[in-house]
Amino acid sequence: MSEILDIAFVSGLIGATMRMATPLIFATLGEILAERSGVLNLGIEGIMLMGAMTGFLVTFSSGSIWSGVLAAAVVGMILGLLMAFLAVNLGLSQHVSGLGITLFAAGLAMFIYRLHFGSPTVPPIIQPFKQITLPVLSEIPVIGPGLFTQYSLTYIAWLLVPVMSILLYKTKLGLKIRTVGENPVVADTVGVNVALTRTLCLVIGGALMGVGGAFLTLAHQNMFLIEVIGGRGWVAIAMVIFGNWDPVKGTIGTLIFGFLDGLQLRLQGVGIAIPFHVFLMIPYLLTIVALISVSRRAAVPAALLKAYRREEKGG
Amino acid sequence: MIRFKIEKRKPLPGWAKIVIPIAAIMVTLILSAIPILIAGGHLWKSYFYLFYGALGTRFNLLETFVKASPLLMTGLAVAFAFRAKFWNIGAEGQLLAGALVATVLGVSMGGFPHALVLPIIIIAGFLAGGIWASIPAILKTKLKVDDVVSTLLLNYVMIHIMGALLFGPLQQPGSSWPRSSAIVEAACYPILMTRSRFHMGILIALLAVFVIWFINKKTTFGYQSKAVGVNVRAAHFGGINTTSVILWTALISGGLAGLAGVGELCAIQYRLIMDISPGYGYSGIVIAMLGNLHPVGVLFSSLFFSVIIVGAQTMSRMTGVPTYIAEVIQGMALMVMLIFLLFTEYKLRMVRKS
Repeated sequence: MSEILDIAFVSGLIGATMRMATPLIFATLGEILAERSGVLNLGIEGIMLMGAMTGFLVTFSSGSIWSGVLAAAVVGMILGLLMAFLAVNLGLSQHVSGLGITLFAAGLAMFIYRLHFGSPTVPPIIQPFKQITLPVLSEIPVIGPGLFTQYSLTYIAWLLVPVMSILLYKTKLGLKIRTVGENPVVADTVGVNVALTRTLCLVIGGALMGVGGAFLTLAHQNMFLIEVIGGRGWVAIAMVIFGNWDPVKGTIGTLIFGFLDGLQLRLQGVGIAIPFHVFLMIPYLLTIVALISVSRRAAVPAALLKAYRREEKGG
Repeated sequence: MIRFKIEKRKPLPGWAKIVIPIAAIMVTLILSAIPILIAGGHLWKSYFYLFYGALGTRFNLLETFVKASPLLMTGLAVAFAFRAKFWNIGAEGQLLAGALVATVLGVSMGGFPHALVLPIIIIAGFLAGGIWASIPAILKTKLKVDDVVSTLLLNYVMIHIMGALLFGPLQQPGSSWPRSSAIVEAACYPILMTRSRFHMGILIALLAVFVIWFINKKTTFGYQSKAVGVNVRAAHFGGINTTSVILWTALISGGLAGLAGVGELCAIQYRLIMDISPGYGYSGIVIAMLGNLHPVGVLFSSLFFSVIIVGAQTMSRMTGVPTYIAEVIQGMALMVMLIFLLFTEYKLRMVRKS
């Protein structure tokens, strides 16, 4: 009996790890793309909240959940474009522009939600995504049911990891992106449009961040709460550093985070007496520890945080 | 084809430093018309109630000062840190650290001589915020950990420390809510004006403006802190102990944020609750930027945002525009100010390309 319980527990934990990692995978990949091109996008937390709200709102009013996902992506792209205007075209401080986007987008998300729904005592809900059980694969003992009974967005997130790796390392566009992030002067000399490349990365990255946020209101939960993102955007920023700006390593980081998040939920369910806030704290502490070890061998894109203006070449 | 180029310009005269933030505020207020109109609010009525709600009656005017006090403290905290290029995004967590320590002392110091209680709480709250801020400063100087990310993450660590304590040892006996017992009377800030919440913390905040101005302008440390901000390598080779300067900057910055938390606890809430701060630490970033990192500028920009936050309540009641308009305006103000600051150093030039 206890053995079955254990297997159910492990399988459930694997499933929860995958679920909790999903929004982080989207966000981390989006941030990696932006940073590889040389722009730190601290707008991520606000973009995710805006994606979560927009996805929820559109699904609520249209009844179509994929329209919600699409809308979240579009909103992410628009905010990515705004970030590009501030940090790329105008060359403003990436730190402060990003924080500005986060403050603005977070305010806007709450504003629009309140405008549309008022302040109901019971928050409105939608019919969320259903988990899809993949045939054959889900019958693998122990790990199968957890890994392969997931939301379609989770499967998409996993497909995106190799896609992003191939894009960055195996394609011409990827080479351009990396060059722009390492040495925009060289990129410019060989005819790469630095501003356009960075804008493109911020826009696509923004779409991923938006969808990552939408996962939380369309799959993980079925309602929008103001604290729904709860710092996941900042965690994604840390995961990028933790993963040395590499999609696969970054994803490993998100899994550790997802595991702790899932474990905390499960132990709470079993009634273990450790206060759950202590568990919620661990991922942040671990990330800081990871930052310490990473900072010694950092593979930071060399032009990260540096605006590029032709007139100031070499200056 | 016509294109725009961004070019360096000659330094602007001194008055620009005052005119530019005011212009940024005006532009932000004009842009605010967009969300107001989207929300279906009548434009002039909305603007009227925004300002009437903050300044129109004695009570509301004093409330605006009450709201400005934590904003002024976190704004000063961020400005002081940013001036030395210590990117303290963690004022929110430092504020909570101050409130937390003030709570621990405030509920348990009933037996102490009354005159000692508040000074001890204020010093302890300052130190709590300062020490919490010195962690990322040590990580930055000794281990080269990016301060933006570490200060941000530590905010969440502090929120969860607070949560664990409020669901645990600090929880009010018999309560099922995450809240502490009320602090003893000797720990409450005196109210300075009748029929209002105008409290001692507001004077502390004004005093802090003077102290920070004095440190910046009149002390060697203020000069060194600025030198580190302008160019840390040059400062190092110029013989400044940059590690120690950044550490002390963090301590003072975090201490100011900690005092914001003490004020909210000892003058507004009287007991610790999870949402003791609606994001004052993050607002502090906007306020510091809009105030050009200058203490007097921070004073005025905190008053401006306080007007927006307090006024938004009345505006919302009278016109149905959600109070979150205040957050939207804050975000817009930061971006507008950034763009305006850019044009103090650069100018747009039209170029014709054939």
